[in-house]
Parts: sequence; C-alpha cells; structure tokens
Amino acid sequence: MPTLDQVPIGCKGIISSIKGEDATAQRLMEMGVIEGEPFELVASAPMGDPLEIKVQGYRLSIRKSEAALVFVQVS
Amino acid sequence: MHEITAPLKSFRIALLGNPNTGKTTLFNVLTGLNHRVGNYPGVTVEIKKGSFVHQSNAIEILDIPGTYSLAPRSPDELLSVELVLGLNPLEKVPDALLVIADASNLERNLYLATQAFETGLPVILALSMVDLATASGVKIDFKALSEKLGIPVIAIHASKRKGLDELKNAIVSLQTEKRMPPVPVFSQDVISNRAKILGLLGDKGSLFLAGRLLFETDGFLAQQLERKLSLSLTPAILESREALKSLGINLVSIEAKSRYAWIREMVQPCVSKPESKVTGFTDRVDRILTHKVFGMFFFFLIMFSMFTGLFVLAKPLMEWIGEAKNLVGQGLESVLPDGMLRSLLVDGLLEGVGGVVVFLPQIVILFGFLSVLEDCGYMARAAFLMDRVMAKCGLSGKSFIPLLSSVACAVPGVLATRVIEDKRDRLATILVAPLMSCSARLPVYVLFIGAFLTEGYGWWFPGLVLFLMYGIGFVTAPLAAMLFKSTILKGKGAPFLMELPVYKTPSFSVVFARIYEASFSFLKRAGTLIAATMVLIWAVLYFPYVSSTGENYPERIAATENKEQQDALLLEWKKNSYLGRAGRSIEPMVKPLGWDWRIGVATLASFPAREVVVGTLSIVFGLGKDAQDEQQLLEILQKARWNDDPDQPLLFNVPSALSLMVFFALCCQCGSTLMVIRQETGTWFWPAFTFIYMTGLAYIAALLTFQVGMLFL
Repeated sequence: MPTLDQVPIGCKGIISSIKGEDATAQRLMEMGVIEGEPFELVASAPMGDPLEIKVQGYRLSIRKSEAALVFVQVS
Repeated sequence: MHEITAPLKSFRIALLGNPNTGKTTLFNVLTGLNHRVGNYPGVTVEIKKGSFVHQSNAIEILDIPGTYSLAPRSPDELLSVELVLGLNPLEKVPDALLVIADASNLERNLYLATQAFETGLPVILALSMVDLATASGVKIDFKALSEKLGIPVIAIHASKRKGLDELKNAIVSLQTEKRMPPVPVFSQDVISNRAKILGLLGDKGSLFLAGRLLFETDGFLAQQLERKLSLSLTPAILESREALKSLGINLVSIEAKSRYAWIREMVQPCVSKPESKVTGFTDRVDRILTHKVFGMFFFFLIMFSMFTGLFVLAKPLMEWIGEAKNLVGQGLESVLPDGMLRSLLVDGLLEGVGGVVVFLPQIVILFGFLSVLEDCGYMARAAFLMDRVMAKCGLSGKSFIPLLSSVACAVPGVLATRVIEDKRDRLATILVAPLMSCSARLPVYVLFIGAFLTEGYGWWFPGLVLFLMYGIGFVTAPLAAMLFKSTILKGKGAPFLMELPVYKTPSFSVVFARIYEASFSFLKRAGTLIAATMVLIWAVLYFPYVSSTGENYPERIAATENKEQQDALLLEWKKNSYLGRAGRSIEPMVKPLGWDWRIGVATLASFPAREVVVGTLSIVFGLGKDAQDEQQLLEILQKARWNDDPDQPLLFNVPSALSLMVFFALCCQCGSTLMVIRQETGTWFWPAFTFIYMTGLAYIAALLTFQVGMLFL
C-alpha cells in the first residue's frame, strides 16, 4: 500500500492507516488525518516538499517525512 | 468546587480556539484592548487577561493560546490545560469556557470543542467566518446545532461587531442557568477505564483529564500531574492501557476516531454542504501563489516590496525622529546651564529615549506588512514555499520571514518570531536573528570600505565587499541555527503540520491591533531597559570628569573658544573616563585583531548600540563628537598611526579594516535586541547566551581575518 508521499499530485483517495504510536501520529490524527477519511493531494512546494493535502475540508501542509507515515488507498 | 463566596465576584471565562479562527480579534473586540499579560513562571507563551462589563455584570476573560487540541506535550501547552481546568495555583478555575470555531471548517474546529465539553464546565460555542462558509455553499442551522449540543451556539463576526451582544447575553445568562454540554461518546471499555483514572484524581479530576492521561502515550502529563498534585497515577494508567490493548483497541487512534465520529453525528443533521464541489476562490488563487515558478516569483516580489517599504518608508520617519531629538536637545541646551545635569538629560536620557523611539517606524511598518500577510492567509503560503530551504538548517518555513526581517533590524525580526509555534524553532530563530546584517551595520561597512577598500581597486570592488559583508550573516545565521538545533535545542519537536487557511480580506482592526501590540509591548518593556542602558553608557563615558591632576574637563571645555582645543580636551576626558580606561586596559586583547586602544574604546562604547560607533570614532580620533563631515573622519582613519605616534606604522591596513568589519558583522552590539530577546523569552539566560556566543564568534572571526590577512600582506 502506498504512503502519502508516494502518490502523484492531484491524486484522491482514502486514508487507510497511520504508522506509529508516538506524538507525531497523535498530532496527525488530531488534525483530522485519520483512517477512513477521504483526502486529495493538491500540490507540492517548489522543491517537492512539503505537500499540500485537503482533508476534512481544509488544506494542510505536511512534510514528506510525516506523509510517509500515512498509508493511503488511491481511488 | 465552584462555590466561591466573594462579595464582588466577576464571572470568569476562558477563551479557546484553533489558530486562524479570529480568536484574538474576538478577545480584542470584547475587551477593547483593555488587557494585561499574565505572568507565569517557566513558560514562553503570552497569556492575556481582559475584562468587560455587560448589563452591569463584570466578565473576565482569559485568552488561551490558539491550539488544535488540548493535549499538553510541553510546559507551554500544559499551562493552557492547567488554566482551563483551574489547576494553576495562580488562577482560579474558570466559570465557563467560550470556544470559538471556524464555521467554514466546522468538523476539525469542533475537535477542540469536544475536549472542552469534557471539562465539567458550561461551554458557549461562537462560530466565526460564517460568511466564508456561506460563500463556499455550506449552510449551517445554528438553532438546530444549539439544540443538538444543548449549549448556546452563536454566529459572530467580531471585526464587524456582529453577534457580540448575543454572545455577551449568553455569557451573562450562564450565571443563572448553567447549560452543560453533551459528553462525547467513547466505547464502553474506554469509558470504564477512564472512570478508574478519574477516581484517582479526586476533586481535581474531570473526564477530560482522565481521558488525557489514558490517551497520552508519551507520559508527560502524567509525570507533571504526579509531581504537582502528589498523586501516584502511572501504575493505574499503564494497567488500563494494557487492558484496552488486550481488547484490540489502538490507544493512539481511538481518541481522534471517536471524537471525529461523534462530531459528524452531531453536525450532519445541522449542516448542508454543496453536492458537487465548486472550485473555490482559494483554490484558484493557490494555483498561482503556490506554483513552482509563479509562486516563487510572487513570493520574492512581496518580500522585495516589504523590504523596499521598510527601508524607504522608515528612513524619513527615522530621520524626523533624529531631527526632533536634536531640536529637543538644542532646546534643553538653551534653557539649562552647562553642567552634569544638562549632559545627563541631553547626552544620556534624550539619546536613550531617542534610541528607543527610533525603532518604532520599522516595527510599525514591518508589523503592518506582516499582519496584512498573516490575516489574508498568505503568511502560511510563504512558510509553505520556504519550508524545504529552512528545513535544511533544522528550522521550518515559518522562520524565514523573521530572519529576513532582521536584515532591516533584529528588533522587529525577533518580535516577528511569535508566529513560530514550535518552541525550539522559535528560540533558535531568535538566537540567530541578530547575526543577520542589520541596517545599523551599514554605516560601519560604508566608512571602512570607503577608507580602505575603494581607492586602487576596480569600480566593482566596494560593492562586492559590501555584498560579502551581508553574506556573512546569510551564511552564519543558518549554520548557527543548525548547530543550536543539533545541540542545545536538540529534541523531537512537533511535526510541522500547518493549516493553509482560506484567503480573505484582511481586517483593519486586526492589523491595527497587532501593530499597536507590537509597538506598545516594545516601548513598555524593552524600551525602558534600552533607555536605562543608554544612560549607563553615558555615565561611564562622563565619569570621572576630573583628571588625577585635578583638571575639570567640562569646565575647561566651556572656558575655551578654540574648537581644536575643545576636541583635544574632549578626547583626553574620554580617554580618562571609565570606559576609556577599560578600552586602554583591553588593548592587549584587541591588538591581535589589528586594533589599538582607540578602536577598543569605540567598540566597547558601541556595545549598547552599534550605530554610535561612527560618533565614538570621531571622538577618539580627536574630531569632537559632532563631526559633520564623514569624509574628514575617513581621511583621519586613513592617516591614523598606532597609538597616535608618528613613528609607528599606519593603524589600518586591509586586514585590520576587514577584521573590524567582520567583528561588527558578527558581534551582538545591540542592547535593544538583547532586551527584546529578554522580553520574548522571559529569561535573562537567552540574551546572555546570545551576547556571549556572538561576541565570542565575532572575536574569533576577526582574529582569523586579521592574522590570515597579514600572511598575504
């Protein structure tokens, strides 16, 4: 299963799981990045990092290192 | 725990909300800038307290810093939780909570509200940005939502003062009728284990706190509470966690999942969203503003305009302040008799006050720009664009603008770090901001490049040297940040997750409030200290004014009409002053840098404010304090010999001129910056640290410059 940093720009799908049990994973989930949520990878910054995603109806900037913790299902 | 029987008790509420919800605007509008900053030891956050009167009810508001979740992982975040729950010994427990939520992004904003619902306090929900929600086709039935949640739900537009009376009425009516919020639903196993922990907490407990202890895996909160409330919690928490784990419950995700599921259940019947997603205004604008080429172009255009504005607009204002200062000085000189009092007022106090006020134009202009960029939503995009570059030195995109602002002046630059949420990132940015070459260094560069690196070189050479001088800051600051982030500020910070808010028209009242706050807090806290430092430096240059042979310098200067004689006396006086003596005694230290005692004195005198160096050089090279013509100073520097002895070699050559410039590029010769660092970090440790590391770095770099330079000469 791909992670959020591996899918192409413009890709839509569903978040399937978050790796890890630390504060980072917890913070991601508080911000609405939780399993079962639809997402859209909107853009990436000029040097490819960070990424801009849409989740829970808002835009979130997320670094590739954190995006690599988010497993997604592409629709 | 709410029965406090004081005769004149005001109703206390705590204001909670996500960042970018207009929380600060609401606070300012409710309290009318009538607030003060609470003082809590050991934390860097500013927590404001304000009050207002509505229908003869006194209401006190505590402004809790904007947050997405009440999950404490640092002392700053812990303070917020303590204040909300009334666990802080310095504050009484609030009577109610006011949660402000962005209606255009309701679900995520309500996450924090669900935590507030578990505190056992009545809650009022204020919804901001309803117009943005409506524009994107979202319709919210406030009445239905209020009924569903069982609490007041009020739409507000704080900067247009809409919905405020209704909100105030709701707050006042809470005093008589407490409408308790619903409790978000968790699975039965979570509830029973949470109840066990709740039992241990005694009268300090709440469902929220018990839940936090259960869900928080890093143990920070448990340790803090055990220490502060002297309870033993950890064994019971671990036992409950194990019990839940054995049931196959993922403790990390269960909280977020349950809360979001519950929010959806509450919100869905009350909110209608458009069927097909229309491409919104923000999407269209973002296609350009975060574009790989156009986005960067636009970013640099904005930065360039900001800088040009900062230099071009601030310069005449700063000159006016200078002129006004001179006028007041002349006025004082004409009415006061010659003597110590006049010198104290004109050369000490007036210089000190002037030295504070002169920063105001830059602060006002920079904060004008920054708050417009912040309020319209562009600031987050700028951080998004620059994050990759800044990540290389261990910072985030949010550090870029404060560092760039420091090229104009580190004082507003340090103030601008307030946008950086991560504490370590913010501190690292504050510590390296003064390394950026600020505008006060320019006169030194211009003087010494003009004197020693212009004649006999190509037309392009002076410009190149100036560029390299600025380059020192641009290279050293990121390197220093990288060093600090991997040593003293090491540690895993919060992940850089940043909301990119919807674009909107900046509100005048928000921009005004931020400018006012930055200027006022600078004047009030840093300003007094800066003025005091300037008076101190006046004193060490004034005393003793009688030489060991009994000559009274001020009297003799007043007695003579001859300008040359006056300048010579002034030089002798300053040489004899405490600062002059200190300068001479440090000559062995500055000699390896290629300087004599006069440069030593000028450097020492410019520690409070580097811009005075040109004036001090004029004094120590015998030109008097008001050398009108910089060309004259330049020629004297070119001809100056070691210790003013005609038999000695020339004082300055290229290596010693460069060593002086390098020293000024890296040294922390700015009392104002140090005071602002003190103001922003809340301790004397960090300004002391900044001073020591920068001065040490400057000394070593100047030493290397001179010694290596001499090898080539």
